[in-house]
Amino acid sequence: MTFMAKNSGLIINETLNHMRLVGISTLFGLMISVPLGILLSRRRRAAKYVLALVGTVQTIPGLVLLGFAMIVFGIGSKPAIVVLTLYAILPALRNTYTGITEVDPGCIESAKGIGMSNIQTLLKVELPLALPSIVGGLRMSVIYIISWATLAGLVGAGGLGDLIWTGLATYENNFILTGAILAAVMALASGALIGLLQNIMTPRGLKVRR
Amino acid sequence: MIQFENVCKRYGKATVIDDLSLTVEEGQFVVLIGPSGCGKTTTLKMINRLIEPDKGRIFVNGSDITRVNAVALRRTIGYVIQQIGLFPNMTVGQNISVVPKLLRYTNAQCDEITRSLLQLVDMDYDVYAHKYPSELSGGQQQRIGVLRALAASPPIVLMDEPFGALDPITREALQEEIKKIQRKLKKTIIFVTHDMDEALRLADTIVFMNGGRVVQIASPEEMLRNPKEDIIKNFMGKRISKVDYNSLLAADIMRASVLKVHKTKLTLECVDLMNRRQVNTLLVVDDDERFLGIVTIDDIKKHGRAGKEIGDLVSTETSVIGAGDSAKEAFERLVDSRSGYVVVKHPNDTVAGLITKTSMVKAMAEAMWGEQE
Repeated sequence: MTFMAKNSGLIINETLNHMRLVGISTLFGLMISVPLGILLSRRRRAAKYVLALVGTVQTIPGLVLLGFAMIVFGIGSKPAIVVLTLYAILPALRNTYTGITEVDPGCIESAKGIGMSNIQTLLKVELPLALPSIVGGLRMSVIYIISWATLAGLVGAGGLGDLIWTGLATYENNFILTGAILAAVMALASGALIGLLQNIMTPRGLKVRR
Repeated sequence: MIQFENVCKRYGKATVIDDLSLTVEEGQFVVLIGPSGCGKTTTLKMINRLIEPDKGRIFVNGSDITRVNAVALRRTIGYVIQQIGLFPNMTVGQNISVVPKLLRYTNAQCDEITRSLLQLVDMDYDVYAHKYPSELSGGQQQRIGVLRALAASPPIVLMDEPFGALDPITREALQEEIKKIQRKLKKTIIFVTHDMDEALRLADTIVFMNGGRVVQIASPEEMLRNPKEDIIKNFMGKRISKVDYNSLLAADIMRASVLKVHKTKLTLECVDLMNRRQVNTLLVVDDDERFLGIVTIDDIKKHGRAGKEIGDLVSTETSVIGAGDSAKEAFERLVDSRSGYVVVKHPNDTVAGLITKTSMVKAMAEAMWGEQE
């Protein structure tokens, strides 16, 4: 406990820093993946290749990507945010794409047939119905990058990773444990929070049954 | 009101619509019917431009539909599909008022429309307007699907097998309702189905299509009476009353395969034959196949002697009728006859067949219910 008290300033600081990294990259990730997912749902033949490509990027170890990003962007938050954004894209992209493509074709045909324009069909029918799936993707993205963000300490971006790396360098278990546990708690908590959000955002008509 | 002029549509090499010309009058209930792939759905979807023709022109109310914005056009034409396609994220009320909302009606107007339409199908506004589609039965969902199509009072409504996925009882109820609504609101309805019963029940005019072409356009009555081609007859199946009961002949109700023997056949041979074929009567004919009379097993038992020709035992006390005589006449003879059968002769006295009670009943059943399997 004395450890916590002594380092509380640092711990709080790095926790906030971690949240900032995750928050920014999630936001960027969503800004890329949702429009891209919508676009891909209109270009289904291209979608296969794009999703495969994005999937491949995802399999490159985070450390390698981070290294490359550091060469290009230097040290600090920038390379970390770029890499984390890349990791945030895939789950959200895939879920946006499947969410939209799985909307009942009968709904889309009748939307068109009764006179909705393409954009109205998207906004009034497709997106509301795909929303639970998109938020599900967001949840996966966030949980992913909370854990990947611990690597960001390596490029000087700070965050809970800093505590862990400090601990590893100085054989100080308390640092390692604090960083690891806080990251885990943050992942669980945000998972639960977004789950709640998903429930709220699911149109009521999709929840009620006869 | 709706006019197709030499419309063609191709998908790759396959011609789906082949030089289609068709006119639908205002206020008509027109049913497009035909085997799958005949182009009926394509025809329907070309009216609201969900499918664009390759060649030819389509007019709605005199104006070429390619000159109208497709989205604007669709808002003036109702559309109902088999998959129903209600928006699950919207309530019944919101679903019904989708098109009025697109047309920027006020909330009060939308509400008014929802109320009056729900009333049209006997669904209580207070009970149903705020429910979601998933809370309704299939039949109720499709009622709402129909109401959604009617909401902005389009003069034309397109329906693509709207009741195809419903159970028979619900389907019949909805057929009745849509017919009622059509009469009441004087809509022009174009309705696609592959179910001839449905077509006959609903249509003012049936358009029978095959291979992208119109085979016949006729009222249900006319199509039943004079189906133009075999394919329509097959579609009509048992419903065609090809039989005019009064013109039915004895030949139509007889059994043509009968056991005939030549008069020189010997007695024991005949007994053997009757045994093998499980009959108790033989028709005896002469050299020219002319009917001489009958021999029953009883006659043979009483008078027959081995080695004698069967011709000697022939009895002529049997009901005989000409093949060209009326079936009604034959029926009366059959009822009167002691033996339970009437022999049918050609004009040249040769045997045409035999009318038994079984053949009579079979013929009557066919006349009433169509060819039996």
